[in-house]
Amino acid sequence: MTSSVDDWALELDCRGMRCPAPIIELARHHTEVEVGELVAVIATDVAARVDVPAWCRMRQQEYVGESVADDGTPVYVVRRVS
Amino acid sequence: MTGSAYLDAASSEPLHPAARDTLMAALEHGYADPRRLHGPARNARLMLDNAREVVATCLGVRPDEVTFTPSGTHAVHLGVLGLLAGRARVSPVLAHSAVEHSSVVHAAQWHAARGGEVVELPVDREGRSSTELPDGPLGLVALQAANHEVGTIQPVEQVAEAAGETPLFMDACAAAGRVALPDGWAAAAVSAHKWGGPAGVGALVVRKGARWRQPFPGDDRIDERTTGFENVPGALAAAAALQAMTAERDDLAARQHALVDEIRTRVAVTVPDVEVVGSADHRLPHLVTFSCLYVDGEALVAELDRRGFGVASGSACTASTLEPSHVLAAMGVLTHGNVRVSLTRDVDRTQVDAFLDVLPEVVAAIRAEAGL
Repeated sequence: MTSSVDDWALELDCRGMRCPAPIIELARHHTEVEVGELVAVIATDVAARVDVPAWCRMRQQEYVGESVADDGTPVYVVRRVS
Repeated sequence: MTGSAYLDAASSEPLHPAARDTLMAALEHGYADPRRLHGPARNARLMLDNAREVVATCLGVRPDEVTFTPSGTHAVHLGVLGLLAGRARVSPVLAHSAVEHSSVVHAAQWHAARGGEVVELPVDREGRSSTELPDGPLGLVALQAANHEVGTIQPVEQVAEAAGETPLFMDACAAAGRVALPDGWAAAAVSAHKWGGPAGVGALVVRKGARWRQPFPGDDRIDERTTGFENVPGALAAAAALQAMTAERDDLAARQHALVDEIRTRVAVTVPDVEVVGSADHRLPHLVTFSCLYVDGEALVAELDRRGFGVASGSACTASTLEPSHVLAAMGVLTHGNVRVSLTRDVDRTQVDAFLDVLPEVVAAIRAEAGL
């Protein structure tokens, strides 16, 4: 069974960061989780909604979907595939 | 030796040499009010009629279907809202592609704020609009001839066929003068400064038989489709530029298409982690867009400018709204590190090569600064 969208192994707090900073954070840290585990990018920047899935496509990772943090900030969830 | 180049023709093409002399002469002789009954007025009237005829011939329509407006944007607003007004009894629903120019999007918002309904047609990864229309009666379908940011040509004729009785409005501002326009539309908008005419001149084209109603307050001048004193010198210069661009269009398009192919291919090879977007083949000849992963769009535009290359960007940090381009977002492609390169008629291979030579090191330097 696959883990739920909210079951991430690493959380990247990118609140207040402007594009492309959240994607740079994701690129720097996604290898800190095991293959198959999830990374959560918490970002206020609206460009992240498009750029996280686009990064996944370009870097052959899996975009799992969008969730929401306790304070209402969008969370973009990525599964490390390689 | 490095070159430099203005690579932002899609924002505005420099005045075509054929338009310059026309503009100077028309400024001198075309000052009078074309609706008056004296000699100078007749001169102005003749110039305006001549401009209308030339533009009509270039666009393949009748002269009485052409109305000059103060901008492409104004022509879009008149076209979209005027066709909707003409269909008010049938349906208040406007369907438009998700990648329309902001002038169409704003006209749609105006329509929605006055009780209308708006439906977006999705696009594929290349920015090509779906040809499937929503169920139920529609007031209007709005679809651009080609996209202004990524160059993808839209399936206007297929959508017009799917629309059946529903009229189609075509924003042709990015395409007019660059490619032959498709058929099937009821009204269209064009913009002169995009084809080497002066700024401040657009045209609304309403086909015979299309039901169009003035959506704004009018005045007592001759042409019921626009308001205000006609920009006679501007219209005549716009017509001269369009005529010249149309005459050289096939040669220019072939040359620019090949140069853009070169950019598309070389950027993908020489710049790591880059996404070249839009259709590779079914596109405007002079325009290409790509996005560089981890690169700040504003820094990229600024550094390229410092090295002599003027380009546009759809990245959020370069927009007044701080929102990424709705076109790139609808396509689902990377929005940061975005660059749009568009060739003016006189950009040559040497300039394109010079740009392609500096681009990889500019991108690498910005990435290095970010610690990548």
